[in-house]
Amino acid sequence: MSDIAVRASNVAKRFRIGERTGGYDLLSERIARTLRRPGQRRRQREFWALEDVDFEVRRGESFGIVGHNGAGKSTLLKILSRVTPPTRGEIDLYGRVGALLEVGTGFHPELTGAENIYLNGAILGLRRSEVARRFDEIVEFAEVQQFIDTPVKRYSSGMFLRLAFAVAAHLEPEILIVDEVLSVGDLAFQEKCLGRMQTVTGEGRTVLFVSHNLAAVDQLCERAMLLERGRKVFEGSTGDVIERYVRSVRRLASVDLARREDRTGSGRLRFQGLSIQVGGENVDTPATGQDVELLLDYATADGRPLRNANMAITVLTPLGELMLHLYTVTRGEILRELPPTGTVRCSIPRLPLPPGQYLLNVWCDVGGEILDWVQSAVELTVVEGDFYGAGQTPQQSHRTVLIDYDWAVDSARSGVG
Amino acid sequence: MTDATAHQPQHVRIRPPRRWSGLGVRDLWEYRELAYFLAKRDVQVRYKQTALGALWAIAQPLVLTFIFALILGRVVSIETGGLPYFLVALTGVTVWTFVSSATTGAAGSLVADANLLSKVYFPRLLLPLAKVTALLVDAVIAVVLMVVIAAAWGHPPELATLTLPLFLLLAFVATVAIGILASTVNVRYRDVMAVMPLAVLIWMFITPVAYPGSLISETWQLIYAINPVATAINGVRFAVLGTEAPALDQIAISIGVTLVLLVSGVIAFRRNEAEFADVI
Repeated sequence: MSDIAVRASNVAKRFRIGERTGGYDLLSERIARTLRRPGQRRRQREFWALEDVDFEVRRGESFGIVGHNGAGKSTLLKILSRVTPPTRGEIDLYGRVGALLEVGTGFHPELTGAENIYLNGAILGLRRSEVARRFDEIVEFAEVQQFIDTPVKRYSSGMFLRLAFAVAAHLEPEILIVDEVLSVGDLAFQEKCLGRMQTVTGEGRTVLFVSHNLAAVDQLCERAMLLERGRKVFEGSTGDVIERYVRSVRRLASVDLARREDRTGSGRLRFQGLSIQVGGENVDTPATGQDVELLLDYATADGRPLRNANMAITVLTPLGELMLHLYTVTRGEILRELPPTGTVRCSIPRLPLPPGQYLLNVWCDVGGEILDWVQSAVELTVVEGDFYGAGQTPQQSHRTVLIDYDWAVDSARSGVG
Repeated sequence: MTDATAHQPQHVRIRPPRRWSGLGVRDLWEYRELAYFLAKRDVQVRYKQTALGALWAIAQPLVLTFIFALILGRVVSIETGGLPYFLVALTGVTVWTFVSSATTGAAGSLVADANLLSKVYFPRLLLPLAKVTALLVDAVIAVVLMVVIAAAWGHPPELATLTLPLFLLLAFVATVAIGILASTVNVRYRDVMAVMPLAVLIWMFITPVAYPGSLISETWQLIYAINPVATAINGVRFAVLGTEAPALDQIAISIGVTLVLLVSGVIAFRRNEAEFADVI
C-alpha cells in the first residue's frame, strides 16, 4: 500500500458568473430573453478559481493550505470534500475522508441536542451505531449534559458551537479536512479543539488544514503550500510558507487602497485610502503610546449620502492573530449620515500596540449588508515609544497590547506584625 | 477505526463530471441512514411546530373534504352515481393532499437545504426523496383514516381493496418523479417555486379530486389518463368505494407516463447534480 493519502494533479475549477449575483437564474427572464433575441446565448463571465494545482500529502502528515481571501483555498476544500467537482484534473484520496467545512452545518434549531447529534452524525458520515457508542463522549466534550433534551434554538451560541464541533471531532476519519473551525468558541474551547486536532495527527491520521490564523497552521502542520489567485506559488516547510505569505501580504498592503481588487462586499461604499496621523500630521510609523488617529477616506458608489453605516478597523499581527477590533457598533456609535465622499476618523489615545509590524483590515456594513471589506488594507509599523511615561520602552512582543496598571507595596497590611 | 464507518470506499478518485455517471444506486444505499435522519428531521420538526401534532396529518385532508362536501356536494350537487359525495371527495383529497404537498416539498428541497448541499457531500437525490418520504408518514395515517371512514359509511374492505396499494404506489411514483424533475429545475431557475402553487392548483382541476372521474366524457378518457394521479384516484375509488375500475389501457398509459417522467427526472437530476453546489 502506498504511503500517499492525497494526490492532486492539475486540479482546476472554472466558475461562470451570470448577470445576476447568484449562480441561479429566473425562468421568466430566460424565456423573455429567448423571445427577444432567439438563438443568442447569455453572456457569461468566466473565472478560474483554481488553476493546475498539484500536491501530495503523505499518510499521517498534516498539511496546511495558506492564502489570501479569494486565493482558491475554499474552492480546493470543496473539491476535496466532493461538494463540487473540478473542471479539470484529478484527485486521489486513499482513506476515509471527513470534512469540517463549517461547524453546525445541518443543525436544526427545532430539534433537541440529542436529535441533532444523530442527524449531524449521519450528515458527517457516521453510522447510527457509531454515534450511539460515542454519544456520552460527545455530550461530555461539548459540556451540554443538562441541555441535551432541549431544542438547540434555546442554546447559547457558545453551547451550539461546542456541540457542533464535538460531533465533528468524534468523526475519526483517516483524512480530516478542516476549514477555520478553530476560530469558533471561547479561548478555552479553542485550545481544546486544537488539542483534539493534535491528537488526531498524533494517531497517524492525515489532516488538511486551512486557516487565516497562521499561528495555528504553524502549530499544527509540518508542511504547507501557498495559493495565490488560484495557483500554487510555493510549497515547503510551514515556516518557509508563512514567511512567503507574510511577504506577499506586505506587498499587497503596499498597493493603494483605492486600487485594490481583492475586496468583498456590495461596493455601495468603497474605501479610498487609510492614513495615520499624530497631532494632525501624517506619519508612517507612529510610536507606542502616541495619540494616534486613523483616517479612512471613502466614496459612495452612487454619489449619494449613506445612512446608518457601521465601520471597523481590525489590527492583526502578520501571522493573522487578532490584536484590536475597533468597531463603531461595539463603541455604541452609528455613523448616521455619511456624505457621498469624506473621511472617517478613528482616534486611539495612547496607542497600546508594542513596537512591530501589523496589518489593518477595514470594514463597512449597513444593517447586515457588507459594503466593503479589505483585508490587509495597509501595513502599520509601530516604533518604540514610552507608553507609560516612565522612560522605558516595552519589548516587542506580538501577543499582547499594553494597558494601564500600577504596582505598589503596602508596608504593613492587617494581620502582619 | 476499521468498523462500519466507511461511507466512502477506501479509495476515491475525484474527477470532472461526466455526462452520465449511472444512477448512483450504490451511493444512495450507502447513505440510507442519512435519508432516514433527514426524513425523520422533517417529520419531527413538522410535528413539533404544531400543537395538533400527528392530528395535523388528518386535519388537513378532512378540512378540505368538508369544504368540498359543503360547496360541491350541497350547493352545486355533483353527480356521483349514488355514492355519498363526502366519500368521493375524501378519497380524492386523501391522495391529492400527499401528491400536492410532496411535489411542492420535493421541488423546494434542494434550495431549502442549500446550506447542507454546499458544505457536505452526499447523494443529492436524498433530499427530494427524504422530503417525499417524510410526507408519506402523514399519507399513511390519512389512508388508514380514509379506509375506516369508508367502512363506517357502508363500504367495508372487499377483494377489490387489495388493489389499493397498487394505485397508491402509482401516485407515489408519479409524485417522486415530478418532485425530482421540479427540484432540478428549481435550482437553476429560482422562480419555479413561485409558479409551483399555481401549477399545482391547475393540476388539481384536471385531476378528479373533487369530482368522480366518470364525469369526464368517453372521448377524453385516454387523454385524461396521461395524468397518472387521475388514474390513481380513480383506482383508489374502485378499491375503496367499488366504483368502476380504470380501464387497462388507461392504466397502461398512466404507468408509461410515470416511468417516462421518472427516468427523465432522474437523468436530468444526475446530469445537473454536480453543479448544484455552484449554482445554488
